[in-house]
Amino acid sequence: MKLPILILATAASLLMAGTAMATDIKIGVLNDRSGTYADLSGEGSVIAARMAVEDFDAATKGINVEIVSADHQNKPDIASTIAREWYDQDGVDMIADVPTSSAAFAVNDVTRDKNKIFMDSGAGSADLTGSKCSPNTVHWTYDTWALAHGTGSAMVQEGFKKWFFITADYAFGQALEKDTSAVVTAAGGEVLGAVRHPFPGTDFSSYLLQAQASGAQVIGLANAGGDTVNTIKQAAEFGITQAGQSLAGLLIFITDVHALGLETAQGLVLTEAFYWDLNDETRAWSKRFAEQNGGNMPTMVQAGVYGSVLHYLKAVEATGGKDTAALMDWMKANPSQDPLFGEGTIRADGRHVHDMYLFKVKSPAESKGPWDYYNLMATIPAKDAFRPLAEGGCDLVK
Amino acid sequence: MTTQSETGLVAAPAARPVGTPRHHVIIFFVLLALLLIAPFVLYPVFVMKVLCFALFASALNLLLGFGGLLSFGHAAFFGSASYVAAHAAKVWGLNPEIAILLGVGAAALLGLGIGALAIRRQGIYFAMVTLAFAQMVYFIAVQAPFTGGEDGIQAVPRGRLFGVIDLSSDFTLYFVVLTIVVAALLGIYRIIHSPFGQVLKAIRDNEPRSISLGYKVDRYKLAVFVMSASLAGLAGATKAIVFQLSSLTDVYWSMSGEVVLMTLLGGMGTVFGPLVGAAVIITMENYLAGFGAWVTVIQGVIFVASVMLFREGIIGVIAKWLKKPL
Repeated sequence: MKLPILILATAASLLMAGTAMATDIKIGVLNDRSGTYADLSGEGSVIAARMAVEDFDAATKGINVEIVSADHQNKPDIASTIAREWYDQDGVDMIADVPTSSAAFAVNDVTRDKNKIFMDSGAGSADLTGSKCSPNTVHWTYDTWALAHGTGSAMVQEGFKKWFFITADYAFGQALEKDTSAVVTAAGGEVLGAVRHPFPGTDFSSYLLQAQASGAQVIGLANAGGDTVNTIKQAAEFGITQAGQSLAGLLIFITDVHALGLETAQGLVLTEAFYWDLNDETRAWSKRFAEQNGGNMPTMVQAGVYGSVLHYLKAVEATGGKDTAALMDWMKANPSQDPLFGEGTIRADGRHVHDMYLFKVKSPAESKGPWDYYNLMATIPAKDAFRPLAEGGCDLVK
Repeated sequence: MTTQSETGLVAAPAARPVGTPRHHVIIFFVLLALLLIAPFVLYPVFVMKVLCFALFASALNLLLGFGGLLSFGHAAFFGSASYVAAHAAKVWGLNPEIAILLGVGAAALLGLGIGALAIRRQGIYFAMVTLAFAQMVYFIAVQAPFTGGEDGIQAVPRGRLFGVIDLSSDFTLYFVVLTIVVAALLGIYRIIHSPFGQVLKAIRDNEPRSISLGYKVDRYKLAVFVMSASLAGLAGATKAIVFQLSSLTDVYWSMSGEVVLMTLLGGMGTVFGPLVGAAVIITMENYLAGFGAWVTVIQGVIFVASVMLFREGIIGVIAKWLKKPL
């Protein structure tokens, strides 16, 4: 009587030990590998994910991690097709990165349908943890609320009270303008006006002249990607920052600054979640990263991929399997700790919360060399950096 | 020369098919059999994508290959139908078949409006007018509140067909899509081989002559334009239900270009050409996706090669070898 039970118990424990000993994990890094956002995500994000696997020492912990990558060309339909195929056909367990909000929404929906995990780093829309939040999604690095809020309120506090907006005339730009205007007015600033340009735009001179004539101290750029870069270039031609007005980029990355050059971008104020030159740990990590990435320093998006993959792997080790609900519960219950973002937590709505930083782009004279681009103006503590939990309108928050 | 044309004249009545040529029937059934097996071998969502684009390319081929009208704005019909179907299914909560029909209706109306203006011009001007209207539709899609702008309409429910059949399984949906596409393709085949289709070919080959024969050319052109737009709309609406998504990609001008490429590569003016063209282009996009931007370059090279080496397209060349219309 006892022997069969003993055998069964041994067999069962062996079986369980077996699964715990070798967990096969497949992580898909889905981002832009050929277009506008290829520099800020692209292959760099894959390198970051690989570094997370190395640093976690997954192999000795009995977790076999395979990383696959694909190009979604910033199109939601392609992103949705690839995500579907990865989950259905290729056995991918977790998708990371996914810049471009529309593509991220598509992956968000597919992931929820297939009950897998999506850890976004590259996309901006705050709706991912707001009205479109999902129990399967973590939004790691930044969102439009954090950027608008960081840049808006911090600049008003620094005494830049009068604002004027140049806005891309579509949903994203309008939302960015609305959010930032609200922040500026709430902080005691004043919005003198706004001008809308068609999306995508090429000639910004008339809008810049209106902004210049408005007498505003700050020109807020409520646009993104190529539009922002072109606005900044043309603003430099008009000598707007030299004449005393400040440009505030509401969605701009270090790679944009790198592409513009300091001569053009100097004086620009922006909010980011990460900068390679923050402390010894970020410098050490970024040096390793740059060696593998053709000398280019990491962006906050790539740093976010590292942080999110690392936290995910910790959850896999702790729960000993890949049950989606258990992994999500563990990730939300335990604080994250990594050299790039320091300590952070994941809220009920999937928002990863950490410090944000307000930077001002250096002048060519201040910069000591390539990638030495930012002066830290202010650190926005984690509790103030992101939209309060109750205001997002997420169903998961009760 | 004379003997050749004489033999041609003599041979012509014998070769002229009465009813459907037998090899078309054979090819059709082989194709159908392959498509019935396909979801068990290939990834069903991928095959559904190929089917939707095959229908889209065939719709364009009806206009380009048989009507002789090169539209550079077919994405407008494809995309607007996809938006309307997605909106109807998601916001109004209608059954998928009603949503698709509404999408087709929207595309037909749009086709009537754009077509009525565009057919007044010919050749490159016709293409430019259609492109201009398509760009207007694109900008409306960017701005209009119901399209969701950059984000598109996402998480469209697949719903239940006729309120009964649950479409959430890829397999069930596959056979529904297959039915829709095959029915539409048979419809196109019927149009091409009807007296109406013969008049279209006459107009394509010699418009002044058709006018002198007493045909109201503009009405024929408008009719085929609206048919082509509706069928493109059917493809777009079906795609919206399959991918549960309709986005700006569907109305962007490059979508119009892509479908022209599919038609030309497969063989303009052939029945089976657009299907092959769509399958080749979609397969390339899917399996070469790892090359990123190189896909466009590879597509460009293939397009140049096809124009230089086999202008009739893949099926066009095969048809020439076999000396049979395909």
